[in-house]
This record gives sequence, C-alpha cells and structure tokens, in this order.
Amino acid sequence: MTRANLIRQILRIGFLCIVASFVLGPLLATVLGGFKSNDEIQTSALSLPATWRTDIYADILADPGFWRYLGNSLVISVATVALTLLIGAAAAYVFAQVRFFGSRMLFSYLSLGLMFPFATAILPLFVQVRDLGLLDTYWAVILPQTAFGLSLAILLFRTFFGELPKELFEAAYVEGCGYVRFFWQFTLPLSTPILATVGVFVFVQSWNNFLLPLVVLNSREAFTWPLGMMQYRGEYAVEWNRTLAFVTLTILPAVVFFVAAQKYIVAGLTGGAVKG
Amino acid sequence: MAAVEMTAEQPSATEKLRRRLTSGRMTATLVLLPPALILFTLFVIYPLAGSGVYAFYDWNGYNTPTDFVGFANFERMAGHSVFQQSVMNSLKVIAVSLLVQLPLALLLALLIYRRTPENTVFRLIFFLPYILAEIAAGLIWSFIVDGNYGVVADLTRALGLEPYFITSDRSWAFTAVMVVIVWKYFGFHMMIYIAALQGVPKDMIEAARIEGASRFEVVRHVQIPMIKPAIIVSVFFSVIGALQVFDVVIPLTNGGPANSSHTIVTYLYTFGLARLKIGYGSAIGVTLFIAAVLVAVFYQRLFMRKPA
Repeated sequence: MTRANLIRQILRIGFLCIVASFVLGPLLATVLGGFKSNDEIQTSALSLPATWRTDIYADILADPGFWRYLGNSLVISVATVALTLLIGAAAAYVFAQVRFFGSRMLFSYLSLGLMFPFATAILPLFVQVRDLGLLDTYWAVILPQTAFGLSLAILLFRTFFGELPKELFEAAYVEGCGYVRFFWQFTLPLSTPILATVGVFVFVQSWNNFLLPLVVLNSREAFTWPLGMMQYRGEYAVEWNRTLAFVTLTILPAVVFFVAAQKYIVAGLTGGAVKG
Repeated sequence: MAAVEMTAEQPSATEKLRRRLTSGRMTATLVLLPPALILFTLFVIYPLAGSGVYAFYDWNGYNTPTDFVGFANFERMAGHSVFQQSVMNSLKVIAVSLLVQLPLALLLALLIYRRTPENTVFRLIFFLPYILAEIAAGLIWSFIVDGNYGVVADLTRALGLEPYFITSDRSWAFTAVMVVIVWKYFGFHMMIYIAALQGVPKDMIEAARIEGASRFEVVRHVQIPMIKPAIIVSVFFSVIGALQVFDVVIPLTNGGPANSSHTIVTYLYTFGLARLKIGYGSAIGVTLFIAAVLVAVFYQRLFMRKPA
C-alpha cells in the first residue's frame, strides 16, 4: 500500500466513524439512560453509569401493561402480514395466470394505492371504521393496513409469479390440477422468497405504525406499543430514565428482528424501490 | 344430467382441455380476486372518495353531513398562516433531503459499496435508524436535544452557556425535526445507491482507470451516470416522504412552539381530526392527495419510463 493510499484509507475510515457516531450516539445515550438515575442523566447524558441501576428496566418488564402493548402490536402485525400475503397473492395469481376481460383495468385500480400517502384518507377512514363499529378493536388497524399494503404486494407478487416457469402449470394441468389447487400447491410454496420479502416489509410497517392506531384506538387495553410508549412518556414526563428504558426495551425486538431478517428487509426495500 | 356428461366426453382432447381450463379459470377468478377488491374498495377507495365529498361540508363527523359550504374549507385553509407554514416546512424537508441527505447518502455509498467486512459493519450501522419506528426516533431525539438532560445540555454546560431548548425556539424547532429525518433516512437512500453501485460492471470502471481517469472522474463520468435510475427513485421517495412526515414531529415538538413546526399531516391531525372537523380535515386531505398525485404523475412522465 502506498503512502497516499494509506492516508486516503485513514481519512475514509475516520469520516465513516464520525458518521457512525452521529448514528449510534443517540442510541447509546438511550440505552445507557435506562441504567442511570435522573440526576446522573442530568450531569452527563453520554457517560457510562456510575452504578448500573437495573430496577427501572425490571420495573417495566414486570409491568403487565408493557407486555399487553407488545402483545397487541404482535397480534395486529402478524394478522396484517397473514392477510396481506394471502389476499394479495391470490389476486396477483389471477392477474399473472388468468387472462380475462378487464384484468388490466382491475390491476390499475388496485395499483392506485401506490399513488398517495395513507394520511390523505385518515379522516374518512376514521368515520368508516367507527360506523362499522370497529373502533378499539384489532380489526380497526388490521383491515386498513392490509388494504393499503395490497397495492405494493400485488405488484411485486405479480411480477414474481409471471416469472415462474409456464411448463410447470401446463404439466400440472394435464395431471388434472385446477387453478385454485395449483395456487396452493405450487405457486405459494415456490414463491417463498417474495413472500418473505413482502411479509417482513409489511410486518415492520405495521409494527411501527403510529398514525392509524392513534386515530382508531382509544382504550389502553387495545394500545399498540407506540401508543403505549407515548402514554408512558406522558405519565413520567420528568423521569427521562424511565422513558429511555421503555424506548430501549421496545426497539430491542426491532433490532434483533432486523439482524435476523436483514437479507429480506434490504431486498424488499431496494427491490420495492426499483419496481415501485 | 347423464346426457350432458356423455356429450362432454365427445369433443377432442384439446377441446376438453380448453373447456376445463375456462371453467377452472372462472372459479379461480371469482374466488381469488374479490377479497382484494372488496378490502381495497372498502378501506382505501371509499374513504378517499369520502374525503372528496366531506371536503365541501362543515361536518363534525356525526349523522350525515348537511351543511354544504362549497370551497369555504379550502379558502380557510389557504388563508391560514399555520397551514402556509406547514407547507413551507414540508418544502424545507424536500430541500434538506436533496441538498444534504442524498449527497451524504451517495458519498457514503461510494465509500462503502465494495463487499469487505468493515464495509458490512458500517452499512449495518448506517441502516439501523431506518428500521426504528419514527415515533421512537422522535422520542430519542427529544431527549438528545432536551436543554436540561440531553446531549445538548452536556454541550451547553461544557461551553459554559445557558441551557438551550431548541424545541421551544420558534426559528430553530423545525431544524431539529429535519436533523432527525436525515438521521433516520440517509441509510435507506444509501442502501439504494449501494445496490445500484454493485450492479455497475467492474470492467467499465477498470477501462476508465486504464485510460487514465482519476478516481473522481470515474465517479463523475462512469458511476453516477450508471446509477441514475437509482438516484431518480431515491429523489422520488424523498419528495413523497416529505409530504407524509408526522410521527417524528409529535414527540419532538408536537407542532410547536406557537404552531411553527407543523407539517402538512400534523396540521391535518391537529386542526382536522383532533377537533373533529371532518370537513376541514378532509379538505386538507384532498389537497395532500392532489399534491401527491401531481408529484407522482409529473415525476413519472419526466424521469421514469414505466415498463409496459
């Protein structure tokens, strides 16, 4: 390695480290904050705690409310993923496999959801959910989330299904396998990569969703974790250490999930970006 | 019935195949397609159309809207200084995205797109904020910039200054929001660029180097032109994303102080939904919808060739 190259390499790593500290600093302060007393946070936000207090974390972990928030979020996210995959894949299968009159038109109709932000329809959506009597139920979040996620899911599924070998369907068909059975027995199992990608993407969106639950969930029993977190913040306004511990515990599953499902998340984002 | 089955036996094998194909096709279409159509219509199209109707009424959300007011909601919105400020703020987010966030993302992508162990670690770190919930990001940063407790408090103390509360400062509160947006999203754009840069053929770069091009010239004349589609997409995401900012603002400034840091969506929430002014809120929603569609249509016409 020449001298110039070495200097360049040092500058490069140095710059990357500066950006990395900009990213990690706030996260580190958050995690550490949960182990400190409030006085200590006040004197120094970034230092290691003088004594590692674990009682705040333990308090939150022992609070059934905390687990209920997470449980609600989990149920809602899993149901949203299952519905989006099933309904979206079924529709995409029809668009990819069956030629029928009006197919293109219906596909364009279902793609409309790609065009505008969720927030534009939030008020009538609230009225709609209320009139259906779904306020404060899981369905109030699950159904609109699924409906809004369908556009992208169908777009990605259709492309993938269209690339599956045609001979397979012909062979199965001659053996007497119908369209619906083919969908169950062949298309879905062969499409696990795209199902996983879309599933992970939908899950993360649902898990992090704030605006919709904020609008349609009023009772604490039904709160998802972002609502619970804001509630908690309101209750312990001056006790930053409690809020920080709560934030840490809620983002921890996201980070673990991210590391485990990294491949799909990145593929989903960049793939969705290129195709969307 | 038996006679029908008998005749069905008669046609040639291909004819039979065709018939069964058609009938199976019908069933498949009628079973598999309607759930998506119903759900989408009920929870996307119907509310959206509702916006278009309610926007012309003064309505609190109960009973049926009867108080038709024409364009009054739109006029009030356009004349409201807080709304004008929220549009300005959304434009500021776009400007910061284009002038700070995307260049930073591109620079980082160029520095770490090669597959080496240390690059993988940096890539993971930079992408990390993206997977956090926006609401958590906003809350974390509201601590960081807290004038009594956070990192900002450490800084002012170290410099011997008075405690400074950026989120209570009318002229700087929205800057805090923009810092969080850059913090949270530059990694996402970087990932788009990295994926594109890895797709640039290596021999093109080598050929340019052999012909004596400097590192900078390779970036300028080979790599950036080659990843233009990715840049176009990421700019599009920045603009559409800027129109939707909400979660980050709520824990950080909640639109304050004195309503100076609203975005279009927090304005919609605060002045429409929270006060149950469904008509007024719908007018804002319709405006946002039109803005988003115009951006999408013009952008696609100008830059994106959609595959047929």
